[in-house]
Parts: sequence; C-alpha cells; structure tokens
Amino acid sequence: MAKPVAAAKSEAASNQRPFYKQFTPEQLKEALRRMCLIRRFEEGAEEAYMRGLIHGTMHLSIGQEASAVGATMALRKTDYITSTHRGHGHCIGKGADPKLMFAEFFGKEEGYCRGRGGSMHIADVESGNLGANGIVAGGIPIAVGAALAIKQQKRDDVALCFFGDGATNEGAFHEALNMASIWKLPVVFVCENNKYGMSVSTERSMAVANVADRASAYNMPGVIADGNRIEDVAEAVTTAIARAREGQGPTLVECKTYRTRGHSRSDRNRYRTKEEIEEWKLRDPIGHFETELVANGIATADEIAAISAAADAEIAAGIDFARNGTDPSPNDVTRGVYTPGNPS
Amino acid sequence: MPIEVILPKVDMDMATGKIAKWHVKDGDAVRKGALLFEIETDKAAMEIDAPGDGIIRNITAAEGAIIPVGQTVALIYQDGESAAAPAAPEPLPPVKPITPAPRPDAVPTAVLPAASASGRFPATPLARRLAKQGGLALESIAGSGPRGRISAADVHGALARPAAPQHAEPGSYQVTPLDGMRRTIAQRLTLSKQTVPHFYLTVNCDLTRLSEIRERLNAHAPRDERKLPVWKLSINDFIIKAMASALRQVPDANVTWADEAIHKYHSCDVGVAVAVEGGLFTPVVRAAESKSLPQISMEMKDLAARARARKLLPSEYQGGTTTISNLGMFGIEQFTAIINPPQATILAVGAGLERFVPVKGQSVLRTQMTCALSCDHRAVDGALGAQLLAAFKTFIEEPALMLA
Amino acid sequence: MNAPLRELTYAQAIQEALATAMEADKRVFIMGEDIGVYGGAFQVTGDLVHRFGEDRVMDTPISELGAAGIAVGAALAGSRPILEFQFSDFATLAMEQIVNQAAKMRFMLGGKVSVPLVMRLPSGSGTGAAAQHSQSLEAWLAHVPGLKVVQPSTPHDAKGLLLAAIDDPDPVMVFEHKLLYKMKGEVPEDAYRVPIGKAAVRREGRHATIVATSIMVHRALEAAEVLAGEGIEVEVIDLRTLRPLDTATIIESVKKTTRLACVYEGVKTLGIGAEISALIAESEAFDYLDAPILRLGGVDSPIPYNPVLEKAAVPQTPGIIEQVRNLVKGRI
Repeated sequence: MAKPVAAAKSEAASNQRPFYKQFTPEQLKEALRRMCLIRRFEEGAEEAYMRGLIHGTMHLSIGQEASAVGATMALRKTDYITSTHRGHGHCIGKGADPKLMFAEFFGKEEGYCRGRGGSMHIADVESGNLGANGIVAGGIPIAVGAALAIKQQKRDDVALCFFGDGATNEGAFHEALNMASIWKLPVVFVCENNKYGMSVSTERSMAVANVADRASAYNMPGVIADGNRIEDVAEAVTTAIARAREGQGPTLVECKTYRTRGHSRSDRNRYRTKEEIEEWKLRDPIGHFETELVANGIATADEIAAISAAADAEIAAGIDFARNGTDPSPNDVTRGVYTPGNPS
Repeated sequence: MPIEVILPKVDMDMATGKIAKWHVKDGDAVRKGALLFEIETDKAAMEIDAPGDGIIRNITAAEGAIIPVGQTVALIYQDGESAAAPAAPEPLPPVKPITPAPRPDAVPTAVLPAASASGRFPATPLARRLAKQGGLALESIAGSGPRGRISAADVHGALARPAAPQHAEPGSYQVTPLDGMRRTIAQRLTLSKQTVPHFYLTVNCDLTRLSEIRERLNAHAPRDERKLPVWKLSINDFIIKAMASALRQVPDANVTWADEAIHKYHSCDVGVAVAVEGGLFTPVVRAAESKSLPQISMEMKDLAARARARKLLPSEYQGGTTTISNLGMFGIEQFTAIINPPQATILAVGAGLERFVPVKGQSVLRTQMTCALSCDHRAVDGALGAQLLAAFKTFIEEPALMLA
Repeated sequence: MNAPLRELTYAQAIQEALATAMEADKRVFIMGEDIGVYGGAFQVTGDLVHRFGEDRVMDTPISELGAAGIAVGAALAGSRPILEFQFSDFATLAMEQIVNQAAKMRFMLGGKVSVPLVMRLPSGSGTGAAAQHSQSLEAWLAHVPGLKVVQPSTPHDAKGLLLAAIDDPDPVMVFEHKLLYKMKGEVPEDAYRVPIGKAAVRREGRHATIVATSIMVHRALEAAEVLAGEGIEVEVIDLRTLRPLDTATIIESVKKTTRLACVYEGVKTLGIGAEISALIAESEAFDYLDAPILRLGGVDSPIPYNPVLEKAAVPQTPGIIEQVRNLVKGRI
C-alpha cells in the first residue's frame, strides 16, 4: 500500500487539518452520523440476510465508510453520483433515508426502487444518485455523460463517480476518463481501492502500483488518499470538486481502503489472510474519526455516544418499517420497464 | 427429414399394438434392417427392423404401452440432421410430397402401407374450423396438400359436392372404420382422378410367340437340389420387361409430373400392383429394362410375398414412372386404371383370351391380351402415349426383340 | 395543404429530422464517430456541424462503449442524446451500456427515471463490407425489454420515426439500412411523426400476408407485383417497429389472407420471423391459417464478401416470389 498522505500528521488542534475548518462542526458530526448509519445499515442488512428475511446477495462496504462519506460530504443536492454494487455507503452519504433503503432491501413497494432493484441498485434518485450499478465500471461513462449534460446546460454542478479498483481494468474506465478529459467535463472519479477485485489482488491484476498512476494517461491529476481517513478523502475530493466546478476538468482520486467483509455473502476469504483482515480492522475509519472529533474539540464523547445510539435506533426502526412494507403485486411485474403514456 | 419409425400393422385385424421390447435406445446408431423392437400381438411376437441408417431418437412409445397402428414411435436421423426436432406431433401418413422429386427413388407412389389409424388427419387450422362448421368429418375429405394435408379449398370442394346418398337405416349395414391404407388409397386416388387429366389408349397383343418362348424358357430353368425349377416365368414377368423396354425405347414417356417441371428418368422403374388384404401395394422393379426375365421373376416373387406380408420398405414401393395393374387372373377382358401420381402412365392388363382374328383373309384362333394405357396428359401427349403402347405391343408379340 | 411533392433521400430525411429536432429543442445533441466535419461515414449528418456547432454535433473518439455510456448519463441528467454508431456491428462493443444500463435503468430504479436517448445503427448487407460491417442485429436488441427498436424502410418513415424516437422518453434504437440511404421518396417538410409501434400496410391483398422489415419491404413489394400478374394477391406489411410489435395489424391481416410469410434480413434462426410466427400461432389468427407459416430470413452464416454469396445469404426477390407462390398454391 502506498503511504497515505496524512497518516503521520499530528492530530493536535494547533496543527489542525484544513478538513476541520472546511466543514462546520454540524457538518462534521453529520458526517460521523452517516458513517455510523452506513455501518449499522450493513450490519442490520447482514443480520436480516442471515435470519432469512431477505433473499439475493449483498456486497458490504464495512471498513470503507470514510471514502463514501468523505467523498460525498462536499457535494450539493444537485450534484450527481454514480455508485456501484457496493453502494450502500454512497447512497447514505448522498443523503438517502436508511428506512427506504431497507424497504428496498426487503423488496417492498416503499423501497427506493419499489422493490425492483434490491441491494445492488439501491439509489435515491431525488438526492442525485443516478444509480448503483451491478456491472463493474458500468457507472463510469454514465457519470461522464451526466457531466456532459451539466456542461451543456451550463450548470456548475458536478458528477462524482464511485468505482472500485477492479473497474479500472475495464475498457469503460479508460474510454470514459479519456473523453472526460478531452472535453474537460465536471466529473470526479473516486476509486475505492479495497485491494481486491473479488478475489484477485491489485498486485495480480494491475500493471501499475496505484490506480492514481493511470490518471497521467488521460492528462488529469491522480491523487492518492487514505481511504480509511475521512479527512484525507474529503480534502482530496473537495479540491477535485472545486476544480471541476471551475471548468478545469476531471480528477482521479484513489482512496486506499479495505473491506473487512468478504466480496459478497458467498465469499470464504480464501485469497487473503486473517491477519491482514485484523490489521485493517485496527484502522477502523469510524473509530479514527470519533477520536479526531474529540481531539479537535468538535464533539464530546457523550455526543458521539448519542450519535451512535441514534443511528442504532434509526436502523432498528428502518428494519421494522421495511418488514411491514407492501409487497409488489405480481400483476405489476412489468411496471417501470417503459415510461407510461408512450407506445410500449 | 428424419425417417419415421412407426408401429406397423403386423396382423390383419390389428388396430393397436404393444411394444414388447426395445432393442435399441435413444441415441443408438442403427443400420437399415437392424432389429429395433418387438411387437406383441395376441398371436405372435414380431420383430421390427430399422427402415434406414442413422441415429435413433425421440423414442416415444414405452414398452408395454398400447399404441395405435401407424403411430410414430421413434425417428431415425441421418448424418447432419438436427435431432433437436421433437417427434412429429401427430402421425402423418408417410406420403412424400408430390412436388420436387429430384431422384426416382424419392418419387412417391400412390399406395402406401399402414398409415395413421389414430383418427388424426393433417389439416390446416382453417380447414379444421371450416369442416367443423360445415359438419364434415375430416376423414371424408381428400387432402390435396403435401402429406395429404387438407386445406380450406379441399373442405370447400367437399362441401360443394352432393352429400353422400343416405343408405338404409342404421343397423342394416356393417360399419368398417377406415384404416390408414384405405384412407391413403382414397385420398391419393381421389386426388389423381380429380386433378390428373387422364386419357386412355387400348391395344390387343398377340401372345402366341410369348407363350412359346415362355414354355421353352421354363423348361430350361435350372433345378435346385430337390430338382425343382429355380424360377418359373409368368406372363406378367414378360409384361414388366416389355413395359420397361418400351420406356427405354420411348424415353420421353419415362417421366413424372412435378408441377413446375417434368422429370425424365434414366432408369425404367416399373411398379406392379399387388393386391393384399384390405388394399394394394405397388412394389417397384428397378431398372427392369436391364434385368433378365428370371431376375425380374424372382425379384417380383419376393416383392409380392413381402407386400402381402406388409413387410415392404418404403424405398421398395416409392418411385417409378409407371405401374402395371394386371387383373387377367380374374378373367377381366379389359379395364382402365387410375394413375398413381406423380407417375405419368399406368397399364391395365386384361386376361389372355383366345379370339378368332383375320390373318391373310383366314380366321385364325389366337391368344390375345387387351391392354389399356392411362396417360397423364400434362406429361404424356396422345402420340407419345401411342408410341409407348405400340412399342410395348411389339415387345410382347416379338419377345426376342427384348434381347436387343 | 397541397404542398408540392418534395423528394429526399433516406439519408437526407434523417438529416432533416436531426436538424428539426435540434432546432426545436436545445437539449438535443448528436454524437458519434466522424459525424462532424467528415459528415458521417454515410454522409447522414453532412454539414450539421456547421449549423449547430461542435458542442451539439460531437465527434467522439473511437470508443463505442464509453460513448454509449455517456449518452445514457447525459439522458439521465436531462439532455437528449442521439448517438450514431458508424455501423450497427460496432454496437456490439457497446452492448453493456445498451443492454445493462440504458434498457434497465428505469426499471431498476423503480420507474423513477427515464432514459430518453436515441441510437442510430446503420445495418444490413449488400455493400460488400463483409462479415463485421453487414450484420442485421435488430432482433438482438428487440429481445431486450426496456428498449424500443424501429426499422424505417422509406425516407418518409426515416424522418418521422426518428422524430418520434427523439420525442420518446425511453431508449429507442433506430436501425437504418445502408442500401436505403440513397433511396429517394416523398418527405413532407413539416415536423411530422410516424408513431412508434405502428406497422404499415404497404399493399393490400387477400391470398397471403408478407410481414417484412426494412429493405425486405421493397423486395416483398417487388415480389407482390410479380405475383399479382399470376393472380396471387399478396398483402405486404412493413413492420416499421420491432418493439413494441404491432400485433393487431399482423393478426388482422393473417385472418384475412389465411397465409403468412415473414421476410427479414436478420438470421432466420431464432429471429423476427420466429416471433411473428409464434404470435400468429398463439393468437386467434391460428384458426384462420390455411398453410404452414413461411419464414425467409438470413442464412446461418456471417455475411460473406463475395457478391454472389453475399446475395445468397439474405432473401432476394426471386426467392420471395417462388416461395410465396408455393405458399399460396399449397405446395409447402
């Protein structure tokens, strides 16, 4: 792993990082709340799955909450994101309501996708989420297209595109970055490099050491951030967003992080060691952020405990809400394929 | 097209049969003549052989199941044929299409062995609906389409014809349901009589020389170990040879009608009608022009015996450009016959009868046989038919010419 | 009303539709390979770049997958992209975005978004362009719920269907036939629409129905003309839209004529004709059928280069005449 830019920096208030000034204490506490919600949401989802309450599979991002929230906290509501199969965190980061996400998870009409999408496609379109994508790299050109539309419409919004390390080996990544760069589109590429494309490590699948190294091929900045440190992610992305809004074109931000759960529910972790997983668990992004908030005098331990407890309660209520949701009628199986009122 | 393996009728009054044992399984490669399965009747068990080479597929009849005669029980696929096609949804009479018949052995004949007895008839959906509306049973309609398929036009035709005369009240007659052979004969000959423009030519043939030669040849027939003659030539054997020789001499008449074309054949293949219980078969003597009389005689004896046992293979009764129908053994003086489409001619042969004929002003007693040739005017015009029949007469009256 | 009859080529009609749509709606833009100053591989976009500028007539790099995805994203974010594939064959490079994204986005998101994009796909054989530039892949895309697929056969429909496609809130794939680009026909000047999902009866008849698509409509009409001289009256239906299929027009016609032939350039096996045949077999028209259904489609082969083979690979007029004659005469 490349050396995180800020890992060694002092945490003393006197030497405070820009992050703690860029955002208000309310925004910072909200960021922690969202990270807690993501963690609890996924733990709740995992438990519901194990109890047999939901079917299908899911891809958990436990351990990656800092990149999801750090990358989205500088976005406006009118900015877009595109997300991935491991997208619960992005969705909550962009402002979705966990209750409606659970409803989707449980396949209910109240869900964000009316139960048609499930875990892999949960997205709150209203909050600017253009969809979580089940196809690796599928969302990258789409984000570039959204950025093209923003430019055409002369808006100063941006499109932020989440994807994993595996997606950077897809042709779509390269085609999309190239076009985003030649047309100077307002897009921020956020790679959550969690070291493995399912089971194959980046060392075995990438010809370069860092995803960020690939940016030079497309004449755009390539920045590495410690994906488990929210301040690191947020600072890098904030700079990239500003650049995009000013019409200077795209940036590729690589967040080095780790998923402590398997790829999906069927993963038996044969490709990595217990030690590696445990080592990364010690670098828990939530624990780190809580410590930093206290150290920077932004939140007290009690406030943090309250945030955590509130997240617990919200998740429990969300699961209850979802379990009592409405199952779609089989008569409506083709609803949503085409826009009503047109030939179909 | 895959070859259909049907449950054949092996017994006179058999409407259904039971497969006692399969000797092959789905996917097996089979050679023509290889044992496929055994049929059990209340009298005996019969072994059924493969009608062709290929891979056996779609075995639809289980051992022990009762199956209507004529139903397809398996298919044999040749090399390169897709075996994905399911078994034919309904058993069809194995009549080959009338249209393009590139090779003589692919030419269908009029009369075929046991066909569907399951009560199902190929008909278009529209024809079925019209027949139902018109109160007509499909079995009463002759299908004009490929494989005897009944179309709307056939139903309209049937509806336009006057209703069958009412017979006496029920109970005063016995009802015999049609079997597949009867139905095929009805359909094919109705089609022929309705659509083939027939004309007829008649000639008397003097049998004096033929009878002499026949006696001499039979007297010289080789003997087997029991001192019995190996062959005995019949007059019909001479007729077959004479007809084949006539076709060779008049090749324009050695044809079949194929709607868009006339197919003229290189070989003179002559069908011979053989009466069997409940109908008839027309086994074909191939290339009869090139075979010796004893060859023809022995071949015909075998074909007739197997026809009567209903053991002919389709390849043995399909094809040919003409047919010989001989009713002389019943004392019939003369008659005319209906052409078996797509053949172009059929020769109706009467009995050899002694008649006084004028020879150089004298009344002389001669044995004569009256023959009537039916021709399909679409393929064979009057003069051509006359040349053929004249040539035939010459070969009958001067059999030695057949050696030339 | 009685405007003088004006003729345009199929390519000109498409260009006129593009210009009309871009003039009427600022959100509309076109993108594709070599569509700018080059004017498009088949000169369909022509000089549009000079009228609308490079921002609205965008040359893309040779990146079909990326371009398709960009079209999807732009459509989601409020623009109205029209993407030209240089050859429909190249859409195979973009299948991921077309099939997984464009077609499914609305459904996956619970009906909360629309993807109003148009893709134009020059297709078909007959130009000697061989196996990778001659395919007719419309049935592939018509198999995907969420897409709409149209195949204009005339200059009139090329314009009207394209304008309808641009209006449509869902992704529409417009398969244009390369051999038709130079075909001339009457094209009104107004911004008329040809409704998606409506077939056209090009010729009425009572003995058989030919359902044809794209260039095969013209071959079917030629065949019908010859057969009419033999007393066989063939009804020719131009399908125009593959999805959604105009089932009512087909069913009504077959009920009238009792015989059906499907003529299309795509590969026959598992193709459009199979769908039309099954439609009839499942419909009330089944009871009106008086002959087996005939399918004339492309052979099970890539399109060959040799001109004789190329012709042999897809239905041609003489074959249509012969087979439909056999159909009507009860020979099949």
